[in-house]
Amino acid sequence: MTKSAMIDVKEGKVRQAINGFLKDLFAKNVVEAMLVPLAHPAGTNVVQALISDPSSLDRADVFAPVMPVNSAKILQAMTRLTPSDRKIAVVIRPCEMRAVVELIKLKQIQPANLLFISIDCPGAYSVKNYPKFVAEKKTSDDFVKAGFKWSEDAMLRAGCQICEYPYPLTVDITIGMIGLELGKLLVQAETAQGEAALKTLGFAIETDSEAAQKRQAAIAKLATEVKERRKKFFAKVREEIGGIDKLTQVFAACIKCQNCRAACPVCYCRECVFISPTFELEADKYLRQAEKKGSIRMPADTLLFHLTRMNHMGNSCVGCGACEEACPNDIPLLKIFQLIGSDVQEAFGYVPGRNVEEPLPASAFREKEFERVGEK
Amino acid sequence: MAETKEQFEPKIIGFLCNWCTAAAADLAGTTRAQYPPNVHPIRVMCSGTVDPMYILKALLSGADAVLVGGCHPGDCHYVSGNYKARRKIAMLKQIFKSLGLDENRIWLRWISASEGPEFARFMREVTEETRKQGPSPLASDWTV
Repeated sequence: MTKSAMIDVKEGKVRQAINGFLKDLFAKNVVEAMLVPLAHPAGTNVVQALISDPSSLDRADVFAPVMPVNSAKILQAMTRLTPSDRKIAVVIRPCEMRAVVELIKLKQIQPANLLFISIDCPGAYSVKNYPKFVAEKKTSDDFVKAGFKWSEDAMLRAGCQICEYPYPLTVDITIGMIGLELGKLLVQAETAQGEAALKTLGFAIETDSEAAQKRQAAIAKLATEVKERRKKFFAKVREEIGGIDKLTQVFAACIKCQNCRAACPVCYCRECVFISPTFELEADKYLRQAEKKGSIRMPADTLLFHLTRMNHMGNSCVGCGACEEACPNDIPLLKIFQLIGSDVQEAFGYVPGRNVEEPLPASAFREKEFERVGEK
Repeated sequence: MAETKEQFEPKIIGFLCNWCTAAAADLAGTTRAQYPPNVHPIRVMCSGTVDPMYILKALLSGADAVLVGGCHPGDCHYVSGNYKARRKIAMLKQIFKSLGLDENRIWLRWISASEGPEFARFMREVTEETRKQGPSPLASDWTV
């Protein structure tokens, strides 16, 4: 059962309509602050900002096709120690929202007093590619008009091109566009908190409205297409990176800067084992390792680092692609992590970010499962 | 450096649970059960403490196979450590499969403190299988 209403969009001005909706959240005292993407004055980026003054919302550009960081990390920094006292609306993309759910499970985000709003996401460009889009005098409204064709825009971030869930899975309010006529915006309450907010804003909430049903049907169709597309994509990736020779070739460019780990929203450890004393060895210990093989690559443990990250984070990988964006040497990390992620998540029957009540695979077990796993 | 297949002696790292498999190793010793000396045992407090990183580190630094020995399901000294170990191994093996690496060099087996002969039999099985597989390509690659 869906509970939704429509936002008026005038002459295809989606940005203006959404900003009006967001301003209303302040005007009707639903929230006191908001984490929302604002256009940077430089014009070359749209960045998340925490705003307390609604007049800043003139700069808000929720659909601008650029995603500099995964905002789950911002919320981790804000709420890990104590939840927010004041009500904050959080406007983020579906992949960011899925990472938020994983971090709530990992006790890194305390969601009290946060009102989560997410969008049907048409995808985004890298920070380095967004200026190209701007240079063509294009706006987020143009992007939305042309968009929602994730596989057809080769400039989209790698994660966006094969995105499995471009719509929110768990959220308070969805701003929906998939399957709707151009210029129609659906607001859908997914929780009691979301419904209360929409009611305060004065929306006449409809149950199972025609638009909401149309969107659901379009999403169901999209899910089948995406599944097929991802299957083909992974078959190709398996060929590209399968086996030790190809795998070491892929990671030949790695400088072990660990930017991928720093950018990953779900790689949450305060002190990663790879920067801990465990990996601070004396010359003699490195030499003993070198003696085993004749020589070892330095910095040591490059592949160990990536394989360990796959083991630790594979089940929670939301496919946002922040790792690949952060790599200075263009290692196709998203491809590799999504291949691993989709395989292990299927094996464990787990979808990261689907449900905050669903236990993390590493912290749960069933008595009858994987019973022959240890044998040849 | 290079060994011919006939000379190849597998190097195997075993992570053995203090409460069962490590005790089974002792029992195998005191009862003079015969098994090959290729497995280098490392006693751990629980199979559940074996992070996949330990297994990976061994495989990338020269081990031809790694085995983990824990208590039978339901018998874990810490209630559920072995079930969590099983999930970790399932995860690691799936990742190896996805990357086209040889998952058959990773073993997990439940051997209780009273199963000395079973321990010896398992050491023979792992050693012989690894001998058949030959040297692990990960073990000799200096770039990993």
